[in-house]
Amino acid sequence: MAKILLLFAHPAFERSRIHAALLKAAAGLPNVTLHDLYEVYPDFDVVPRIEQKLLAEHDIIIFQHPFYWYSGPALLKQWIDLVLQHGWAYGHEGVALKGKYLMNVISAGGKEQSYSPEGHHGYPLKQFMLPFEQTATLCNMHYLPPFVVHDSNSLNAQQLDSYAAAYVELLKGLQSGKIDLPQAQQQYYINALVGAPDHSS
Amino acid sequence: MSNESFFYQALVYLATMVVFVPLAKKLNLGSVLGYLMGGIIIGPALLGLIGHGGEDLMHFAEFGVVMMLFLIGLELEPSLLWKLRAPILGLGGLQVTVTAILIAGLSFSLGMPFNESLVLGMILSLSSTAIVLQILGEKGQMGSAAGQSTFSVLLFQDIAVIPMLAIFPLLAPAGTEAVHTEGTSLIANQPAWAKTLIVLGAVSALGIGGRFVVKPILHIVARTRLRELFTASALLLVVGIAVLMTLVGLSPALGAFLGGVVLANSEYRHELESDIEPFKGLLLGLFFIGVGASIDFNLVIAEPLLVLGLVLGIMLVKFIVLMGLGRLFRLSWDQNLLFAFALPQVGEFAFVLFSFALQSALLPQRIVSLMMAVVAISMALTPLVLLAHEKWIVPNFGCGAKNTEREPDKIDEKNPVIIAGFDHFGTIVGRFLRASGVRSTVLDLDSDRVDLLRRMGLKVYYGDAARMDMLQSAGAMQAKLIVIAMETPEKNLEVVDAVKKHFPHLQMLVRATENADAFDLMNSGVLHIYRETVDTSLRMASDALEMLGHRAYQSQRAARMFRKFDEQSLKGMAAYRDDKQYVNVVKERIDELQKLIQADNYTNLMVRDAGWNKGDAEERN
Repeated sequence: MAKILLLFAHPAFERSRIHAALLKAAAGLPNVTLHDLYEVYPDFDVVPRIEQKLLAEHDIIIFQHPFYWYSGPALLKQWIDLVLQHGWAYGHEGVALKGKYLMNVISAGGKEQSYSPEGHHGYPLKQFMLPFEQTATLCNMHYLPPFVVHDSNSLNAQQLDSYAAAYVELLKGLQSGKIDLPQAQQQYYINALVGAPDHSS
Repeated sequence: MSNESFFYQALVYLATMVVFVPLAKKLNLGSVLGYLMGGIIIGPALLGLIGHGGEDLMHFAEFGVVMMLFLIGLELEPSLLWKLRAPILGLGGLQVTVTAILIAGLSFSLGMPFNESLVLGMILSLSSTAIVLQILGEKGQMGSAAGQSTFSVLLFQDIAVIPMLAIFPLLAPAGTEAVHTEGTSLIANQPAWAKTLIVLGAVSALGIGGRFVVKPILHIVARTRLRELFTASALLLVVGIAVLMTLVGLSPALGAFLGGVVLANSEYRHELESDIEPFKGLLLGLFFIGVGASIDFNLVIAEPLLVLGLVLGIMLVKFIVLMGLGRLFRLSWDQNLLFAFALPQVGEFAFVLFSFALQSALLPQRIVSLMMAVVAISMALTPLVLLAHEKWIVPNFGCGAKNTEREPDKIDEKNPVIIAGFDHFGTIVGRFLRASGVRSTVLDLDSDRVDLLRRMGLKVYYGDAARMDMLQSAGAMQAKLIVIAMETPEKNLEVVDAVKKHFPHLQMLVRATENADAFDLMNSGVLHIYRETVDTSLRMASDALEMLGHRAYQSQRAARMFRKFDEQSLKGMAAYRDDKQYVNVVKERIDELQKLIQADNYTNLMVRDAGWNKGDAEERN
């Protein structure tokens, strides 16, 4: 059974609705390790040794975070900068992450349509994920399409619940192999595989 | 005593305190000298405001000494007292014995009868606990080696008074009936073995009573939450001990001291301290005024050379003995000087013992009144002697001139950082810089600590960073910055002034103890000020938030924001702080705290609005 590492980065989790609901549902799933970066490193002094050990012990790495300015919160970047060292994560001898899977679980305020040439943000959301995708590639990892919660400021409780349920299904499916990983890579959002709410409304 | 005369007396004494003590402080003379001057001026010799009340006043105010010893006892845990047993018995015992024998021998050779010489020697071997501890306390010297030795000697002297009182009647010339001033004493007429038993019983009663009676009572009293009741209990405690001790013929001061030691570990220690402290201060003040007023100037004017000669002679003999003992007990040169300069006067017990000796017909009236004047003058000279020591001896011998053992160390390195002051504060700065590969030159004023650190292989130099030449040889010309972390705010300001004057290119990072010091430093133009406890308190506060379940990142962020705002409001307050000095320090603190808390309302607002808010930005979640 695949082991999942949830690298969670949220500077204001105490005010979060989306991630609170997602994490509440995911908490306690077997073989899922939640690593709350802002709680562990409030001073931003990420310790690469500890993080690398964690990474080595897991098969699927998930960056779960709000989508800030077309990217992750600052501490996530700090984590990437410090932990993915040359000679360990990438480079000739950097094969520690080889074959593992990486994906993002994000919440965004904008609707899916706003991420289009005609929309507010001008580009498809997936295009903004390019730095993550290439990071995975450079580290010899496979990048999975993101699980996205759009329109995060106006979801009602019912919608939140269905996202949470879909998230649990996703985590379980990834672990059990019920979701075929190479096939999943073909998806635009991974939402479609687990019946996450439709964004087109 | 009629009300009128009581109020009149209170008026005279209080006014004397209020006028002369600030004056003396202003002149850097210390409070003791202020009281003494005041006493001399209102005494019979000059204004005659208090007639010949000086001795009576001293009798009454001697109780201040009892309180002082109680307070000292409170500061001393039994284990520490046990550690001091060697200096108390050895140093104190030798001081009393050697001085007594020397003075007795001198008197005998000058033609006094044997028993009178012995009595004189014993009385004059004592020093003044009241004056010396007060001054050393004000100078912050109680913790130094000299302070500890001084304290040990004084403690032994307090104990020695008891056997002296016991021996005196035996020395009385045959045929005269010894008068017991301790006539009220329970044990005056008991055989020797019973006396010993009773004394031992009283002391153990003190120990057991302190633990099993006083503590529960204080607990009950504290729970009534009536502050004045606690004050009353504290006073009752000290008075009670004094009465008990007098009953069994022991020194009340010694008893109070032991009582204090018993309660040193108790949770009420600080409350007792703060309750007794003002009474002690007032009574000691009265006592010093009494000493000043009791100097018989008629006698001095009649025989100025004799009196002066006696004063100087006695002080010289005592000084030499002290210096010798200091050497014997391996005090370093500068500490030995302080030790010897602190103790050469004759103490307040001499007044008691002289009047006792007079009543026992041990000494003739003429010698007693002469000696009373000599004692008072030697006490009055003590603050001046110590002042002279500080002004002239310390700079020239303590850490200066070539021919002394402890001159400032030669400094053979030039580093970008100078650290001035290396106690627990400076040590951390130094360790951190060292660990970060930055070399620093360390100056410290505590010779014992310097030796210790050097033995541990750290390069620390002995010397006063407020001195221009010391800074110079520490490489101030080449250094980029100086960390000023001396032990007292005054010393920090001194160093700041020296640096500003001689090495203006040096960036200063200065330690402040509390807000008031920070204001003083701001006034001196210091830009980088570090209040000792702010960062630690905030770290504690943010940990508290975390334990309450707040997110670690937000807690620490809030603490950082808070510190910035606190520093800003402090700067704001410094700008608006008017020149008039607050009279009441507590009031000042409260006012400042109030302003800071008002400023906090804005701080909270800022933390709340600091970002990641739904309303703040369209797309933050």
